[in-house]
Amino acid sequence: MQHGKYRFIAGFLALPVILYAVFVISPFVQAIYYSFTDWTGLSSDFKMVGFKNYNWLLHDDLFWKAVGHNVVLLLVVPLVTLGLGLFFAFMLNVGGRGRKNSAISGVRGSSLYKVIYFFPQVLSIAIVALLFQFTYNPRNGAINAFLGGIGLESLQQQWLADPKLALWCLMAVMVWSNVGFYVVLFSAGMSSIPKDFYEAALLDGANRIKTFFKITLPLLWDTVQTGWIYMGIIALDAFAVVQIMTVGPGGPADSTQVMGYYVYTKTFHDGQAGRATTIGVAMLIVTLIFAVVVTRLGRRERLEY
Amino acid sequence: MGSTSDVGRRDLIKRSAALGLISVPAMSALSACASGGDDDAKKVDKGKKSAKNPLAVNESAALDVVIFDGGFGQQYAKDAEAEYAAAFPKTKGKVKHAATQKIQTVLQPRFNGGTPPDLVDNSGAEQMDMGTLVGKNQLTDLTPLLDAPSLDDPNKTVRETLRPGVVEMGQFDGKPVWILYYAYTVYGVWYSKSNLAKLDMEYPETWDDMLKVCEAAKKKGIAGWTYPGKYPYYLPFSLYPFIAKIGGRDVLDSIDNLEPNAWKHPAVKAAFEAYYELYKKGYILKGTPGLTHIESQTAWNQGKALFIPNGSWVENEAKKTTPKDFQMAVAAPSSLDKSDKLPFGTLWASGGEPFIVPKAAKNPQGGMELLRIMLGEKSTKNFIKQVSSLSSLNGGTEGLSLPPGLASAQEALTKAGKNVVNPRLQDWYVTLQKQQIGVGALGEMMAGRMTPAETIKKCQKFADDTAKDDAVKKYKHV
Repeated sequence: MQHGKYRFIAGFLALPVILYAVFVISPFVQAIYYSFTDWTGLSSDFKMVGFKNYNWLLHDDLFWKAVGHNVVLLLVVPLVTLGLGLFFAFMLNVGGRGRKNSAISGVRGSSLYKVIYFFPQVLSIAIVALLFQFTYNPRNGAINAFLGGIGLESLQQQWLADPKLALWCLMAVMVWSNVGFYVVLFSAGMSSIPKDFYEAALLDGANRIKTFFKITLPLLWDTVQTGWIYMGIIALDAFAVVQIMTVGPGGPADSTQVMGYYVYTKTFHDGQAGRATTIGVAMLIVTLIFAVVVTRLGRRERLEY
Repeated sequence: MGSTSDVGRRDLIKRSAALGLISVPAMSALSACASGGDDDAKKVDKGKKSAKNPLAVNESAALDVVIFDGGFGQQYAKDAEAEYAAAFPKTKGKVKHAATQKIQTVLQPRFNGGTPPDLVDNSGAEQMDMGTLVGKNQLTDLTPLLDAPSLDDPNKTVRETLRPGVVEMGQFDGKPVWILYYAYTVYGVWYSKSNLAKLDMEYPETWDDMLKVCEAAKKKGIAGWTYPGKYPYYLPFSLYPFIAKIGGRDVLDSIDNLEPNAWKHPAVKAAFEAYYELYKKGYILKGTPGLTHIESQTAWNQGKALFIPNGSWVENEAKKTTPKDFQMAVAAPSSLDKSDKLPFGTLWASGGEPFIVPKAAKNPQGGMELLRIMLGEKSTKNFIKQVSSLSSLNGGTEGLSLPPGLASAQEALTKAGKNVVNPRLQDWYVTLQKQQIGVGALGEMMAGRMTPAETIKKCQKFADDTAKDDAVKKYKHV
């Protein structure tokens, strides 16, 4: 009987393993393979060139610039997005004054705010990027028009056309479009925290800030950590906003170049698909390092409740 | 929810085994993705050669055409395809037409898989790198087309009906002709005659006058210049011929040849400094560095700026926003001073809309035949009327009332005579020209973030890097 059981399990596992191998593993293997070739992407003939592409990559200024931008994105975007998400979610669930029958509650109209916050999430990132491209337009965009309207012409900027500001403009859009999801996600997490905890803390005289750091955040830690990895991966990509919004794209003066977009230009503009896959492999490594670091750093004792 | 009772455990296993069988061929299909072979067996048979069919087109074979849907749209190609179907009635319904702005994303997989279309208009921001296509032997030599009799006059070959320079532009190192540029584009400084007249001015033939016009405009709250700041590689359309005019053709040739210190020529410096002065004196439309080509053209149409560096496709592209009395016109770059090497009128004009017939095309004769039809007088006239651009066919304008922009383009061409320059950086080294020199250097200079001296250093560095990069195929002027 035991043999039959293993065969049965193996039979069930075979299909998912095969599917996984075909659709997940094989593209990775292929990409790594092509990173050792001089494939142009325009014809099917290529030859192996060893580590030449990697050597090129190590000495390519633009690649390192792109890595630098990705690191900035990686540090800023998740931090701001998750921070805002936590803040809003806390206000929506715990931030209000206690009303009848409940010690804790959200601010007035919190369920409506939840819907509003979530709204950007239903828009495709392409639409969001396009909308913001118009908003940032230095001649007739909404931001400069608003600044002009309230008499602050001196604060008007070139926005996306200014190499010092362009990356920050992109980050603002990425935060804007993602924060709503985390408000909802964290709200769900917070609503499953037993109310007694808060009531006890309130009785002990804890203020909101203290309740947040002593109760909400520790109990929500698993969710935050997942969100951190997820946001990190979004920050490592940033392709769509760069492609649609920026000067060049990737500019001005390469100030918004990111690895994801660099892969694209190498493949689809320069006809250097071999080098592009090399950048892709580098991206894979960076992403793996990031995921490992985050899970290691974030490891905490699980709290049961 | 459905119950699983009617599916036995055994059935389920059988089904998953069947799925497993399906996924095995899927795997081989995947691995074929990137490296599919090309083989000649897929080509259609040749047809019978005759006076009406000099390229021996198979009269019943399908034809597959992909057109860049940009400034010229796609109707002109559709009309030519209708002509093709009329000439070969058995192909009716078999002419497959597709149009896209994303040429490379759409076509790269087909090139790799060995099933490219029979004719491609490889144009736009996402055109496939010509140098690589030629270098990897992916294109059909178009010499048979050029040596075939032309559509209208059997005593003339197609080659003899083309505008000067068109055939050479399609060659890379040596005889074969890989590309046929269908449109003929006049680049330069575009302006509105009526807007200049409102200022009591005419097009300035010297740089001093240019500054005077800009100053007069500024007093009325109008900017002198604008350009597509998001795609600053439009600036060279007037800047490169300006350089050639100041220092002679050789300056541009040595830049194209990626010669060391080519950018350090005094003519480049003089031209850059003149343009930089436009920025410094506040003659550039506010916010220009953040505008797309459409946005800057619209601002120009609205009279907010007088001049814009552009190509002759602008008349068609900006049709919707151009006021009726705009009187669009193009002019050659103004003279810098008396010591200029070439006279006023020196102009950049060259082929546009590069058409290619892929090597692995199933019906290459059909692709070439369609080009032959397009280069006939009927299709050319249709093209001129529809998109107000010249075609590579020398002539075709007789009896047509040309729109103002096109009329002025033709005037400018006549005036330029022999002094037409054709910088090849644009098609030989696309990334260097657009992304590096365009966005990375010229855009920064015109936004006031880099001085001309710094810009020159940057351009030279970019050019040197390209010269050193062995992944980029190099070409030289002969």
